[in-house]
Amino acid sequence: MAFPILTLTVFTPLVGIIVVLLLPERWVNGIRAVAVAFTAAALAFSIWALAAFDPKITGAMQLEELHRWIPSVDIFYHLGVDGLSMPFIILTTLLSFLAAIASFSIKERVKEYFALYLLLETGMLGVFVALDLFLFYVFWEVMLVPMYFLIGIWGGEKREYAAIKFFLYTLLGSVVMLLGILALYFTSQPHTFDMLELMRQRGTFVRAFQIIVFLAFYVGFAIKVPVFPFHTWLPDAHVEAPTAISVLLAGVLLKMGGYGLLRVSYPILPQGAHWFVWPLAILGVINIVYGSLVAMAQKDLKKLIAYSSVGHMGFVLLGAAAMTPTALDGAVMQMVTHGIITGALFLLVGVLYDRAHVREISAFSGLGVRVPVYVGIMSFTMIASLGLPGLAGFVSEFLSLVGSFPVFPVLVIISGAGIIITAAYFLWTIRRMFLGTLTPRWENLPDINFRELVTVVPLMILTVLIGVYPSVLIKLMDPALTELSRVMATLK
Amino acid sequence: MPWLAAIVNFAPLVGFVIALLWGKRLGEPKAAIAPVAALGVSFAAAVALFARILLGYGGDFSYTWLRVGGFTLDVGFQLDRFGGIMAVVVAAVSFAIHVYSTGYMSGDKLYGRYFAYLNLFSAAMLGLVLANNYLQAFIFWELVGLTSYLLIGFWFEKREAADAGMKAFITTRVGDVGLLVGVMLIFTLTGTFHFGTIFDLVGYGALAPAMITAIALLIFAGAVGKSAQLPLHVWLPDAMEGPTPVSALIHAATMVAAGVYLVARSFPIFVAAAATSEVVAYVGATTALMAATIAVVQVDIKRVLAYSTISQLGYMMLALGCGSQAAGIFHLYTHAFFKALLFLGAGAVIHACHTNDMREMGGLGRRMRVTAATFVLAALALAGVPPLSGFFSKDEILAAVVDHGGAYLAFAAFFTVFLTAFYMFRAIFVTFGGEAREKAQDAREAPWNMLGPMIFLCVFAVGAGWVGIPGVGKGFAGLAGLYVRGEHHGVNVGAMGASFALAAGGIALAWALYRARIYPVEKIYRAFWPVARVLERKYFFDDAYGFLFVKGTVFFARLWGLFDNYVIDGLVNATGWGLVLWSKFEGWFDLAVVDGLVNFAGWITQGFGKVFRRVQTGYVQEYLLILACGVVAILVAVLVIT
Repeated sequence: MAFPILTLTVFTPLVGIIVVLLLPERWVNGIRAVAVAFTAAALAFSIWALAAFDPKITGAMQLEELHRWIPSVDIFYHLGVDGLSMPFIILTTLLSFLAAIASFSIKERVKEYFALYLLLETGMLGVFVALDLFLFYVFWEVMLVPMYFLIGIWGGEKREYAAIKFFLYTLLGSVVMLLGILALYFTSQPHTFDMLELMRQRGTFVRAFQIIVFLAFYVGFAIKVPVFPFHTWLPDAHVEAPTAISVLLAGVLLKMGGYGLLRVSYPILPQGAHWFVWPLAILGVINIVYGSLVAMAQKDLKKLIAYSSVGHMGFVLLGAAAMTPTALDGAVMQMVTHGIITGALFLLVGVLYDRAHVREISAFSGLGVRVPVYVGIMSFTMIASLGLPGLAGFVSEFLSLVGSFPVFPVLVIISGAGIIITAAYFLWTIRRMFLGTLTPRWENLPDINFRELVTVVPLMILTVLIGVYPSVLIKLMDPALTELSRVMATLK
Repeated sequence: MPWLAAIVNFAPLVGFVIALLWGKRLGEPKAAIAPVAALGVSFAAAVALFARILLGYGGDFSYTWLRVGGFTLDVGFQLDRFGGIMAVVVAAVSFAIHVYSTGYMSGDKLYGRYFAYLNLFSAAMLGLVLANNYLQAFIFWELVGLTSYLLIGFWFEKREAADAGMKAFITTRVGDVGLLVGVMLIFTLTGTFHFGTIFDLVGYGALAPAMITAIALLIFAGAVGKSAQLPLHVWLPDAMEGPTPVSALIHAATMVAAGVYLVARSFPIFVAAAATSEVVAYVGATTALMAATIAVVQVDIKRVLAYSTISQLGYMMLALGCGSQAAGIFHLYTHAFFKALLFLGAGAVIHACHTNDMREMGGLGRRMRVTAATFVLAALALAGVPPLSGFFSKDEILAAVVDHGGAYLAFAAFFTVFLTAFYMFRAIFVTFGGEAREKAQDAREAPWNMLGPMIFLCVFAVGAGWVGIPGVGKGFAGLAGLYVRGEHHGVNVGAMGASFALAAGGIALAWALYRARIYPVEKIYRAFWPVARVLERKYFFDDAYGFLFVKGTVFFARLWGLFDNYVIDGLVNATGWGLVLWSKFEGWFDLAVVDGLVNFAGWITQGFGKVFRRVQTGYVQEYLLILACGVVAILVAVLVIT
């Protein structure tokens, strides 16, 4: 049996919980150090997995681990990665590590915070490696509970409302998804939860069944993405969540919807997917244009970025709907680059909020004079987010659009409006907050400190690296997604 | 060879990184050393590169950038005469402006940052002219847009500057999205971004004519934004809020030239799309005329130059639309030198007087002799007076227009010659002539690190056009390897004479009104006040856009924001509250009805119990009595039934 590297990656944070719980409550720095150490260990293991991973192998999972778990109903502990999931695992461990450092600004109930934080990381990683639908569902739900408490306890003023809204909304989605999972289980012969086995049996699922089950999964995934009109939990959750949790929410949790779509819905229910292509593409464009317009109307900086996420996820939907290899590359890459860039944006909003204790855009003016380093980094990240060439966001948006163009030319042209609006609202925000004359209130605002730089600079480096040389990321996933595109084309 | 191009392209990038990271620590003047040196290296390499291209060592070099979805996306350099001469022009002007900036920006608190941006800007522009494919060109094209944003808004504490930078970026991005769609359309149809391959396919007729027209229009949309053509020209005058050397760079050799360059580079596509070429010609002619009329009434010296730039870019587009790639680029090349020089001269004047308003200057000719002399030479070049550079290039454009035909195009082209001469010499007479007014009293000549670059550019402003002297060699077209319309190129004696006469007339009128003052200008203004009003308000473009697009978009955004908050989220919350209400009702129902029934059943049972427990007395005789009664009752019942 091969070395269980994926298990190690996923459950390292869980071991961290035990250590954190054993430490005395007042030993705050010790708890922080342990939590960071365990997220770092998970990051190291995931890099090890990356090193062991060969992107050129397609049509098969790698680093697989398969054990009986609940034999009476054929539930397996089945893990594995391919070119679709590998980038997300690295993204998750990296953001978890950086956000753990950013969590040092949490001062209350540190022990509980980090225990829940580590549990969240295990849940997120599990979703990306699980190949058994039951296991997938378990991890999916495991994620939900710590998130609820992290927002509800350490959040802002309306934290309880936001936490409950997040919890109920996602729970609603996952319950409908569970129905889909059960439908698949009882329809398959022999009954199975195994994704790979279900893919082999996809020919036996009739079209109507595929469409219904696809819709059931879609509800679960669409809420996570989030797709219009299921998106309103996101701004509330983002605004109320503490900085690090916002980072993970935008950087990782939003990716589960798109990931699930491509991991579960597409290969298992190809005909359902084909039936749903047009609605998906149109919803993608609505996300792009509507999300950007609503972002422009926001007065709260964090809310603005939350809505910008809605817009950015539209490119994922559009690319996924187009199903060409280039479009799928663009869609998955968009999720990764959005995780990096928007993750950085939320970290940076947190930096400002920790000092100023307000997030109203109109409360700031001319910060460029007072905190030049912060303003430089924030402007850089916003410009990356609006898709400037040379930075990561451009490549993914471009691939998604250029790959979708042959399939949906009109929709691609309409989404051009979103590109302009996105540029407009980010530059307008820069204009209002950073340029002009300094508000006297912020004359003593301190600039970004070393710890905060440590959390942001790696993301900036990745943004430039992927923007200039996207092959580092694309070559991981291109073979797998090209294969997926080919499979989808044959199963029309 | 590619390594030489790489030096041209990336040397300024090295300067950028150094200036960005250590600019503050190095301080003035050390922070400028690396950026200026980088541009010097870039310029020298560009000259060497062009020389080698002329010797026949050019070529097309591609390297794999990305393999995606079965496609290979390449990056690379197209090292031909066109790209080579563009690189030389860009690097030369940019180098001169870097040197000039060491003087102009002296004392600025963000001295190092300024040079970092200037370097990045140059790198982006050089990357654009050396690129061998649309994707790479688009990437650098957007970087040009970003750096212009940073430079225009460089003095960001000033509200107008910050607004102008934003306006430039967003306005040009409208065109950029058109270009992006065009590039995607090209890729969809051909599977490549590579210039040469695409032009070959267009040449073989492999693409449908309608598609070629669409592609050409979309590329032109991008060019309209970057080269400030109607209707996206509004950003350029505002961009004057940037430091003057930046204006010189953006509005002479670099950013605005990018659009003209791209159209010229895509010339095979435009040749195959005749309808689009007509559009290009008419947009160019109208822009040239419109901007020139606005320039006539401006009082800010930089705004005169800004509208002049828009007007001259219109000329270039007109030439391209009329089918003369060579004439358009020839004018781009000469214009780059004399317009950069004009801006630097204006910068020197502004530096000396601390105002942009020409009405507050005057009499500077005696106080700033070198500036005045170079400024006048550049203005003469712009007006198209022989034997200065502008004369030759403008003449080729006019010849192309005459050759192409079209009364409106010809009228616009020739009338603009007159207007150009008039507004330039109006500016000269007001600024340099007459008595020194309030702000000009203490004006002194600029320092040598500013005059040096001006003299350097002046040499080109005078002589750069001589490569185009009719009959000498193969003209500019031969030097740059460009296409010329018709067999006879350039020499159209009638056009030449008319153009010179119009220019002389414009200068003479300016002299009469602003120097000799044979008739008070104010009276003319008053007599034609509606015209003056329209011109002063720049044909109301800004007002209309401000209302339609800026306010409109924000209004629309707010509207959808409210919709999102109250309708979509309202529904979610309503669902939530509905569920809570429902569950409360359920709770009540449960308590009152369901549990009520249970309790009722219990109550009934209890009631019965209460009644019947009286029967259970515990006395045996009563039980016997009841038993006896029961037996009697059964017996009676049996008897009755039978």
